[in-house]
Amino acid sequence: MAAAPESAASKGLLGWIDQRFPLTALWRSQVSEYYAPKNFNFWYYFGSLALLVLVNQLVTGIFLTMNYKPASADAFASVEYIMRDVSWGWLIRYMHSTGASAFFVVVYLHMFRALLYGSHRKPRELLWIFGCLIFLVLMAEGFMGYVLPWGNMSFWGAQVITSLFGSLPVIGGSLLEWIRGDYVIADATLNRFFALHVAALPLALIFLVIAHLMALHEVGSNNPDGIEIHDQEDEHGHPLDGVPFHPYYTVKDLMGVMFFLVIFCGVIFFAPTFGGLFLEGPNFEPANPLQTPPHIAPVWYFTPFYAMLRAVPSFWGTQVWGVLVMGASIVILFFVPWLDRSPVRSIRYRGPIYKIMLTIFVVSFIVLGLCGLKPPAGIYPMLAKICTFLYFAFFVLMPWYTRFDRVKPVPTRVTSHD
Amino acid sequence: MSDERVDRGHHSVLKAAAATAAEAMIPVDDVHAVDHSRRRLLTAATAGIGAIGVVFAAVPFIASWEPSVRARALGAPVTVDASKLEEGQMLKVVWRGQPVFVVRRSKAVVDAIANHNDMLADPNSDDSLQPEYIKSSGPVRARNPEYWVGLAVCTHLGCSPLGAFEPNNAFQVAGTDLGANWPGGFYCPCHGSKYDISGRVFKSMPAPKNLTVPPYAFSSAALVVIGQDEAPKSA
Repeated sequence: MAAAPESAASKGLLGWIDQRFPLTALWRSQVSEYYAPKNFNFWYYFGSLALLVLVNQLVTGIFLTMNYKPASADAFASVEYIMRDVSWGWLIRYMHSTGASAFFVVVYLHMFRALLYGSHRKPRELLWIFGCLIFLVLMAEGFMGYVLPWGNMSFWGAQVITSLFGSLPVIGGSLLEWIRGDYVIADATLNRFFALHVAALPLALIFLVIAHLMALHEVGSNNPDGIEIHDQEDEHGHPLDGVPFHPYYTVKDLMGVMFFLVIFCGVIFFAPTFGGLFLEGPNFEPANPLQTPPHIAPVWYFTPFYAMLRAVPSFWGTQVWGVLVMGASIVILFFVPWLDRSPVRSIRYRGPIYKIMLTIFVVSFIVLGLCGLKPPAGIYPMLAKICTFLYFAFFVLMPWYTRFDRVKPVPTRVTSHD
Repeated sequence: MSDERVDRGHHSVLKAAAATAAEAMIPVDDVHAVDHSRRRLLTAATAGIGAIGVVFAAVPFIASWEPSVRARALGAPVTVDASKLEEGQMLKVVWRGQPVFVVRRSKAVVDAIANHNDMLADPNSDDSLQPEYIKSSGPVRARNPEYWVGLAVCTHLGCSPLGAFEPNNAFQVAGTDLGANWPGGFYCPCHGSKYDISGRVFKSMPAPKNLTVPPYAFSSAALVVIGQDEAPKSA
């Protein structure tokens, strides 16, 4: 049994609990005696912020379901009802809709951090894979959540995204009817998306987040120098360059939470639609199967992938190629730990080629996001094609350029140690 | 007290087993020896049967996602009266929740329909979806060349194209110039796919196929029944 050590046996109520449940032992092993590298910087805020946003989504989501009606006849009106008649309903909904965008902001920055400092490298491959799965579930959550208000963009967005499955050869048509539960996007589709959005996917998400944290605490956190702090330990077996997560990082993360909440609340109170990026204009009209919005654009966090979908022309009588490219753009993330062959982890000790490639990757990802927001005319289709190519070049060429890149010697201690 | 008796009982059972083993001249260890291949077989068989059970148990849940009996009933054919359409006008009706175009075309438009075949990706509708009697009708893609019937669902990603029937050199629709030699047809505002007035897609468009033509039939001169191949003739 993993009870607290004799010397520090807890008494009273805590003692009673500890004899029946490893509360103190868990607190120690996971928080107060979990040693994290002491050189965490700005980029290490986004994991704990993602957890905060997850809690925000769960709590506000539960309260939204108390007034939302998942039926095609009632859904749009029930959202209007939440916004206008339910006490503080507007706040709860805006917290949820802004939280969705905030989730992707912090997760994209969190993933970028991993590429900066090599947090996906051995022995953290599974940690990275759990993270990729979280990203995948998050995309499904974001998409299905966007359908629920049953505005016109909800409807046509669902039409476009479910059609992706219809483009698969042979099984496409029947798969499409199976997903939609009707010959078109209909009440059945909305109802099942609701079930997935509020029950199935959140459960999967919570399970994956727990697995992600367990994997993290098993292998220990990476750091901006990309070295193993447990290679240099003191006489107690504590890493020389580690500090207990609590109180050092709980306090640091609280600082991040404060700054995050200032921006988050600013958006909720002053720009909840964020100029049509977080909540799109056509979604303030009810779903209309006979009227496509003049320009269908997904919410901003999907636009890089949407731009890749559109960048690929159809040939041989099918548009499945764009779908495959979009799918591959996400699947390839899972393989990054094995594509990266550099002898060092952190960008601090990598050579110029990786720095250039990472910059190109980030720029092309942002440009793809802009292209996905614009109608497919003018320079945007060509720009999207080029950036799709660069996006994949970053991953596909990684085994070569990381191996041949010049690297600097890696120190044994973190650079900022005392 | 009863606990003691139970304990004693166990001991006597073990002793009896050992005695039996001794009598049968079997070493005591062999009584407890595990037959691993037998255990593996039983484990595999149990897991296999269990997996088959899981597959069967999953069937009702997967099947529950199919269109329900009500959804299938609501997918029944619809009848459209197209007699009030002027030439160059279009009706949009709903069949199976999908928008369907019924366009009335002038004789001049029908006669010119094959003139722009070189601009099209699939002029003979070889790779497109339509009933056989539509494909065999050639470039008009219709049972009656005067009325064109087709799904108002872009074959790219399911948006609803707009009608832009007037041939014009600088035709503007949804803020987009349809370009020189626009012969009249449909324009999808989502990703810019262009179709001619028989729903045939232009070359190098995001859309891979011509607009789908659903099964339909005329029950009288201008009464279209959408959703079935044969219609009972009415007066």
